[in-house]
Amino acid sequence: MEFDTIAAISTPIGEGAISIVRLSGPEAVSIADTLFIGKSLPEVESHTIHYGKVMEPTSEIVADEVMVSVMRAPKTFTCEDIVEINCHGGVTAVSRILEIVLENGARLADPGEFTKRAFLNGRIDLSQAEAVMDVIQSKTDQAMNVALHQLDGKLSKLITELRQALIETIAHVEVNIDYPEYDDVEEMSHDMMEEKTAFVHDEIDRLLQVAKQGKILREGIKTAIIGRPNVGKSSLMNSLVQEERAIVTDVPGTTRDVIEEYVNVRGIPLQLIDTAGIRETKDIVEKIGVERSHQILAEADLVLFMLNHNEPLTDDDRQIFALLEDLNYIVIINKIDLEQQIDIEEIKSLAKDNALITTSLIEEKGIDDLEAALAHLFFSKDIATEDGTYVSNVRHIQLLKQSKEALEEATNALALNMPLDIVQIDIRRTWEYLGEIIGDTASESLIDQLFSQFCLGK
Amino acid sequence: MTYHAGDYDVIVIGAGHAGCEAALAAAKMGSNTLMLSLNLDMIAFMPCNPSLGGPAKGIVVREIDALGGAMGKVIDKTHIQMRMLNTGKGPAVQALRAQADKPLYIQEMKNILENEPNITMKQAMVNELIIEDGVCKGIITETNAAYYSEKVIITTGTFMRGKILVGDYEYESGPNNQRVSVKLSENLEELGFDLTRFKTGTPPRVNSHTIDYSKTEIQPGDEKPQGFSYETTEFITDQIPCWLTHTNERTHEVINDNLTLSAMYSGMKRGTGPRYCPSIEDKIVRFHDKPRHQVFLEPEGRNTKEVYVQGLSTSLPEYIQTEILRSVPGLEEAEMMRPGYAIEYDSVKATQLWPTLETKKVAGLYTAGQINGTSGYEEAAGQGIIAGINAALAVQGKEPFILDRSQSYIGVLIDDLVTKGTREPYRLLTSRAEYRLLLRHDNADLRLTELGYELGLISEARYNNFQEKLRLIDEGKEVLHKQIVKVADHVQDALVRAKSTPLKDASRALDLLKRPEITFDVIEEMIGEQDYPAEVKEQIEIQTKYEGYIKKSLEQVDRMLKMEDKKIPDNINYDDIHSLADEAREKLKEIRPMSIGQASRISGVNPADISILLVYVEQGKLARS
Repeated sequence: MEFDTIAAISTPIGEGAISIVRLSGPEAVSIADTLFIGKSLPEVESHTIHYGKVMEPTSEIVADEVMVSVMRAPKTFTCEDIVEINCHGGVTAVSRILEIVLENGARLADPGEFTKRAFLNGRIDLSQAEAVMDVIQSKTDQAMNVALHQLDGKLSKLITELRQALIETIAHVEVNIDYPEYDDVEEMSHDMMEEKTAFVHDEIDRLLQVAKQGKILREGIKTAIIGRPNVGKSSLMNSLVQEERAIVTDVPGTTRDVIEEYVNVRGIPLQLIDTAGIRETKDIVEKIGVERSHQILAEADLVLFMLNHNEPLTDDDRQIFALLEDLNYIVIINKIDLEQQIDIEEIKSLAKDNALITTSLIEEKGIDDLEAALAHLFFSKDIATEDGTYVSNVRHIQLLKQSKEALEEATNALALNMPLDIVQIDIRRTWEYLGEIIGDTASESLIDQLFSQFCLGK
Repeated sequence: MTYHAGDYDVIVIGAGHAGCEAALAAAKMGSNTLMLSLNLDMIAFMPCNPSLGGPAKGIVVREIDALGGAMGKVIDKTHIQMRMLNTGKGPAVQALRAQADKPLYIQEMKNILENEPNITMKQAMVNELIIEDGVCKGIITETNAAYYSEKVIITTGTFMRGKILVGDYEYESGPNNQRVSVKLSENLEELGFDLTRFKTGTPPRVNSHTIDYSKTEIQPGDEKPQGFSYETTEFITDQIPCWLTHTNERTHEVINDNLTLSAMYSGMKRGTGPRYCPSIEDKIVRFHDKPRHQVFLEPEGRNTKEVYVQGLSTSLPEYIQTEILRSVPGLEEAEMMRPGYAIEYDSVKATQLWPTLETKKVAGLYTAGQINGTSGYEEAAGQGIIAGINAALAVQGKEPFILDRSQSYIGVLIDDLVTKGTREPYRLLTSRAEYRLLLRHDNADLRLTELGYELGLISEARYNNFQEKLRLIDEGKEVLHKQIVKVADHVQDALVRAKSTPLKDASRALDLLKRPEITFDVIEEMIGEQDYPAEVKEQIEIQTKYEGYIKKSLEQVDRMLKMEDKKIPDNINYDDIHSLADEAREKLKEIRPMSIGQASRISGVNPADISILLVYVEQGKLARS
């Protein structure tokens, strides 16, 4: 049997010290290899496990340290090549890795699909066939429930509206094609089409932004604490952690002592990143330089930038302000218990509209202000939407990305002045991808649209 | 008492567009074929609009031709005007449309049928099918003649229990006041077939002498000679124009004031009418804010003065029809020669058919054309040829012939009908095809000639020409690939004239042809004229320019075909598969899809059901091996 390559998270989400992303299919090894830093996977022996890192191939940003096991067909669960990526527990690493895997050629597995493949490839005994079918049905029901739950009314309404906009455009082009001499239907022009697709493109973009926010709610706001050595980063972390003792999650791994820490500040989940860096190397900027900061900043949703009340501003500090330009950040001037050496007016002008807090962590002063600033930032529209339209399902995000790509291909074709019926091919794909999100891909609705929108006939 | 009147391989009941193609295909494939018509003067009659082709439909005519059918050849010989539509759009949606000369079309088609040695034509009304052990063995006519055969194809169009409605007047009739077929319909019901009532309509015809054409707009044919058939070499140059006028407020007022008198709005008509072919009453009611609607005046032939008033299909009383006509500019003095009418008729629910168009209930019995719930001459002819081919193949004990959705519009049409059924008369639209870019007007021969040849429907001579065309396309592409276009004045000039960007470096001619604005002509301006026929140049250009999109479509087709190849055994018992959702089980039992692919297109069958079905089918395979 010939199949494409599928992938899914095969451990319970959010539980356990280790999570596994499993790939099965003819491309399993080659897909894993494109995102794996370590041994060349196509060359390793079957049924071996290898240490390395998973990165996003285009940006080369590392997602996690992992152990990857390679098992070649036919002696595997599905009788196909299987790769299992063992990463750290929790939600973040594993969903990020799944996302990368899906972006690089694998398809998200349907409910029960690994089991189905195992069966179809003759791996499971015939007597188990019924059981397999029941599994598919029950997993589908389960997934449906989850999907329905995740697909809140607002998202589904929004997607429906976008599809409606697309189908009206499609129907318009179709009517030009199927009824070429009807003069009461205006001929769709490239400009008109561009306008319509641009609107939908923006909306999908916005949804993907919202998707990121949905992830924030689930996984926490990725927060980096940066600043010169000895400015009080560890103290800040400790005081945040102390405030919310119960929420700290230390995940002991084999490679690092601390991978990620969650704190909950007034109900806002923060995921502190590069905490190891803060603890082990005392002086981030000096030791690893601006380049490393750059990388941390690329990952962060929110930056807490700490300055010392007792020291003048340096060029390094000014450079960091420049790096923070497009990010959400809060400036914290610590050590106000000590004498003022810093030029607060200059900081105000550098920080522009971003929040500026003064603290004395030693005297436990200013933490409330910081929490208030965090809450303000979080509940403003920049980080999360108040109406709660969240896209958090990996499948939905994947489909939104596919819709966006298809739409971009349509836009390119428009720019090349391709005939509209050709451009239409990708617009229709966009419409279908969006339809998959809300479970509606019936093409009959196009025909319905055609005849309800236009007056046609002999 | 019946008498034994003869024995045949195949009997075709009806001689409309489906019947003609069915009989010709079966006969050419060696079947001794009997063709029965209610009226031998009305063979291949066009009861409604005098035109063939247009988007999607025109491509079907070409597909029929590539399979050796007659429709394209006949219209090429008998049209009064021909136009290529959608020339400003992409190659996938261009299509020819011809205005037909109705009486000439009949003569020409009849001539072809009469000269086909394996066809016997008779005028007869069929009342009953001869069924033995669930297998169709022949037919009995109203004059008690019993004809026996291996296969029977019913192509009775809108004749079964037909009823014509004009205002509140109704009478039993086939289209255009022909005899109605009642007993056959009853017989099918007795045999357990599920019939539905459909309706359609036609506009009035007026006398050309009474039209003031000066108040209308001329709609001439194309100057370029062209035809549907790949065998046509002589083209008609003497064309007749059509004319365009519009309804106005006065027209709409008359209609609105008299709506209750329309057969449709008085509640008499029970059948379901097509949305794409609404009556003028329908248009005014549903789109009441439109100030006017187009009305095309189309001659019905060269030697007749009757003009078809396209756009004014109606079932209003005759006197209102006159009033409506006379409100339209150019028609103020128009004399109506025939009134418009609505017609209601029985059709067979097409989900009762296999994709071969054989019925699931009665083996050896096929139905094709408007009886299956379609509308349009082309849709009918497309089904006709497939039914004829399959009947002939079955007589020879050979494998059936089924076109898939990536091969032809005919495949899309039949798959839609037998898989989804239709709740209104079905018309082909280009948007019904998933792989529109592959199903082009220009490549119907490339798609289907080989298949037609294998079936024995394409002559050696034509097949050789076709092979030569394939060779020239490959050769031409190779030549353009090797031809390097250097930066030179005449090259840059040609590019600028074509509104393209000048070259920076030398480029392959084939790569330049990929630019949307660069046609083959522009390439020839750069590299000199190429010695290939126009249709070869056209293929090279289209295949090159849309290569990326074509490739994408082909990849989709590959995925679709994988599912199509997974056959479902005919003896499958869906009740044994407990995990199936109830709705899916009912649908699967009704449609009995032949493949997993077909099953996945049935509405109400979900992906999970398909997975379950796949597991079940594979399990069966494993068990056997």
